[in-house]
Amino acid sequence: MKRTLFRNQLLPWLLLAPQLAITFVFFLWPAAQAVRQSFLREDAFGINTSFVGLANFKALWSSPEYLNSLQVTVVFAVSVTVLSMGLSLLLAVAVDRMIRSTSLYTTLLVWPYAVAPAVAGILWWFIFNPTIGVMPYFLDTIGYDWNHISSKSDAMTLVVIASAWKQISYNFLFFVAGLQSIPASLREAAAIDGAGPVRRFFDITLPLLSPTTFFLLVVNIVYAMFDTFGVIDATTEGGPAQATNILVYKVYFDGFVGQNLGSSAAQSVILMLIVIALTVVQFRYVEKKVAY
Amino acid sequence: MASIILDKVGKIYAGGTRAVGDVSIDIADGEFIVLVGPSGCGKSTLLRMVAGLESISEGTVRIGDRVVNEVEPADRDIAMVFQNYALYPHMSVRQNLAYGLKNRGTPRADIDRRVAQAAEILQIGPYLDRKPRALSGGQRQRVAMGRAIVREPAAFLFDEPLSNLDAKLRVTMRLEIKELQRRLRTTSIYVTHDQLEAMTLADRLVVLNGGRIEQIGTPLEVYRKPASVFVAGFIGSPAMNLIPSRAVPHLPGSAHAGIVGIRPEDLSVAPDGPILMQVGAVEELGAQRLVHGHVEGEALTLAMPSDALLSDSLRLTCRPGSLHLFDANSGQRIG
Repeated sequence: MKRTLFRNQLLPWLLLAPQLAITFVFFLWPAAQAVRQSFLREDAFGINTSFVGLANFKALWSSPEYLNSLQVTVVFAVSVTVLSMGLSLLLAVAVDRMIRSTSLYTTLLVWPYAVAPAVAGILWWFIFNPTIGVMPYFLDTIGYDWNHISSKSDAMTLVVIASAWKQISYNFLFFVAGLQSIPASLREAAAIDGAGPVRRFFDITLPLLSPTTFFLLVVNIVYAMFDTFGVIDATTEGGPAQATNILVYKVYFDGFVGQNLGSSAAQSVILMLIVIALTVVQFRYVEKKVAY
Repeated sequence: MASIILDKVGKIYAGGTRAVGDVSIDIADGEFIVLVGPSGCGKSTLLRMVAGLESISEGTVRIGDRVVNEVEPADRDIAMVFQNYALYPHMSVRQNLAYGLKNRGTPRADIDRRVAQAAEILQIGPYLDRKPRALSGGQRQRVAMGRAIVREPAAFLFDEPLSNLDAKLRVTMRLEIKELQRRLRTTSIYVTHDQLEAMTLADRLVVLNGGRIEQIGTPLEVYRKPASVFVAGFIGSPAMNLIPSRAVPHLPGSAHAGIVGIRPEDLSVAPDGPILMQVGAVEELGAQRLVHGHVEGEALTLAMPSDALLSDSLRLTCRPGSLHLFDANSGQRIG
């Protein structure tokens, strides 16, 4: 680590100022505002504001809609994480086995990451559109009547696929790098030790990938809980009947559409705590616990 | 226990590059064979073909009485020790040793007995429950060998197993490998680029160059009668002097040879010797001294006792019958 000594006491603060200003204006200030508002209640016209203590949080805890949203979020986050990590691991293993054109495939597989969540949502919305989409047409031929506008499970499937698809690229890159850092001689030694390809994968490759896997697990949960707002907004808007109304979308909907600022703020404070918890887990365990 | 027979084995890579060609070696049961050559000579490729980690493009490899060309590495009844040890980092030493036996469905009690036995032979008993990263280089090397011997295979394959160790440990481990092989009498193929390692370990040496065999023989045969200029220059330290015969016209036989080979230790100072050497740099090795110089513009090295007198030029003679004569064009030995 290079250490620089400043004679001038002001200079280091000046150099840090732009970053500190951005952090303060766009992160700390809104966060503080959210915490403050979560203890307040505003009337319908925004004229009177009163302090209500933990009432907003208590209301959430007894609200069936919020608990439903919590449940939806868990199902959604787990599905997105499992689907995108599973598929990307499969692709990474396939590319790792290739001898030629590896970089071409890698480049092609990384492209979806450049697509904005809302665009990804619309893309899949078109593919699965019950009227004009190509997938419902195929599903119809095998006797399945796809309609994510009326079917809760279809809607969930759609947002899960659209969200997972976008994250595959990111996971794929990390998995490929992780796989390539495992020395070939380990797999060769296992082959001589009588382990077939499947056994080698589970006994050698997967345990040695565990640091990568754990890192991606946390990143994917955070992605599914927060960055998928655009996907939801562009496809189902939380519907039908709250089936895809994940926590982050509910914060937006209750606050900006429903104008219930106090409740929305309380919800975002809860989300903030979840992010902090995940980040702590990430930093504490990623290096220590999952190393071999 | 088994013999290994390589018959006209060759390796051609997908791009058409030939790595190994026309290699035939008959390895007797229990024999210790060392494949030696400079890097890129195809020795590792050859070993990996025997192991089944590389496909065999030409010829046949037999282990025991069956052709193994299409047999999976696991079913060839061989064990391999890798240059980087290739220990499974997430498993304890015990698990590392047991993995190959477990995969083959060996009974639990049998595994425990064999692991304990191997640990005793290699003196790694105290480390059985450690992870490989908690071991020193020499201990890791022992574990890697332990993983090979617990399997009690028909053959050991060693791929430069000592090159990651420091010089002193390398000498110790070299001796341990030799003693272990003497004791177990398991057919072994050992790959190295270090000619000293090759000389000390081998029952027979196979000197490879450019994917082809230059010479097969016991270490002394190869040392005393190198079959080609390449082998003459590669085996032996300090390396043999290889001089165009016009620079040493007075030596017996040099008239009809293109290249004359003289080992530095076969040269000695003699007042009326036929070679006049201009002395350059001198290396003191303790017991002996290496004198580097020139004769008629050609480099020449002389090994002499460290108490002998030095001067700017020396008259040298060579021990009778110690000359190696090679054809200039083919590089082959002619006398």
